[in-house]
Amino acid sequence: MANPLRAEVVRLYKNLLYLGRDYPKGGEYFRDRLRAAFSKNKAESDPQAIRDMISRGEFVSRELEALYYLRKYRAMKKRYYEE
Amino acid sequence: MSGRVLVGVKRVIDYAVKIRVKPDNSSVVTDGVKHSMNPFCEIAVEEAVKMKEKKIIKEVVVVSCGPQQAQETIRTALAMGADRGIHVEVTGKDYEQLGPLQVSKIMAALAKKEDAQLIILGKQAIDDDCNQTGQMTAALLDWPQGTFASELTMEGDKIKVVREIDGGLETVKINTPAVITADLRLNTPRYATLPNIMKAKKKKIANLKPADLEVDITSRLEVLRVDEPPQREAGVKVETVDDLVARLKEAGRI
Repeated sequence: MANPLRAEVVRLYKNLLYLGRDYPKGGEYFRDRLRAAFSKNKAESDPQAIRDMISRGEFVSRELEALYYLRKYRAMKKRYYEE
Repeated sequence: MSGRVLVGVKRVIDYAVKIRVKPDNSSVVTDGVKHSMNPFCEIAVEEAVKMKEKKIIKEVVVVSCGPQQAQETIRTALAMGADRGIHVEVTGKDYEQLGPLQVSKIMAALAKKEDAQLIILGKQAIDDDCNQTGQMTAALLDWPQGTFASELTMEGDKIKVVREIDGGLETVKINTPAVITADLRLNTPRYATLPNIMKAKKKKIANLKPADLEVDITSRLEVLRVDEPPQREAGVKVETVDDLVARLKEAGRI
């Protein structure tokens, strides 16, 4: 892997690992799939392809944040507000 | 305007956890259970940070009362963008009996000490559902209050608050300094991501005891008993409409 990109990939991995702890199906479930996804692409060397994968990883981070927010909002709405 | 906002946050059992009552019915099981920041407190922190980003206020100070673990909650608020934290240490039996009256006395003392212009709190905590701290704090300070806020607009040295009330929305204009309690639709709290948590480690958390603020935290309430809600009874199937009517009459429903 190209050296400057390596730091970005590691940072992305750490962020996703941290985010995945609250995953509804369990932190272990998320972590296993995260590891599998990253190790599948371990051999990739084209910088553009790596950058695309990093963008996809960042997209997943935003999706996770949205998922967590929606779950919490819906739970609060259901508990405290009469429909 | 000193431009300082005080935000109170509470560490509660995470909203998604299934609550269990202790076998002796004294309280709820908290050991080893996942805790996090009260969702309404997250909304309060987000509002304060948004105001700072818009340069309406200068500093966001986040406060939490409780044992050592309350610092985790303060760190989350710092990661969301607060400037510094104050941890008011209350442990053991004192913490079990800590309620809105005691917390509002602490908040009032801190508001005077820190020369705060605004106090933003969550409207209620999801563990005790008291919905009292904001109101009591405003009363102790003799400040106006904008509770159940779903929209806040600064207008000079006054605040316009749109409140969510039964049957609709109410708009009020209050002077500052004031106490605001945040309702669900005030904003969308940001997630405290790992890079922000790392950056927040440099921010300061001051440590205080209630005695340092000359606040008496003795409780006037005693919890007698905690029970789970009654288990839902299994439904009964009937064969005919006549059977249904007969059963309903038996149960005194018709």
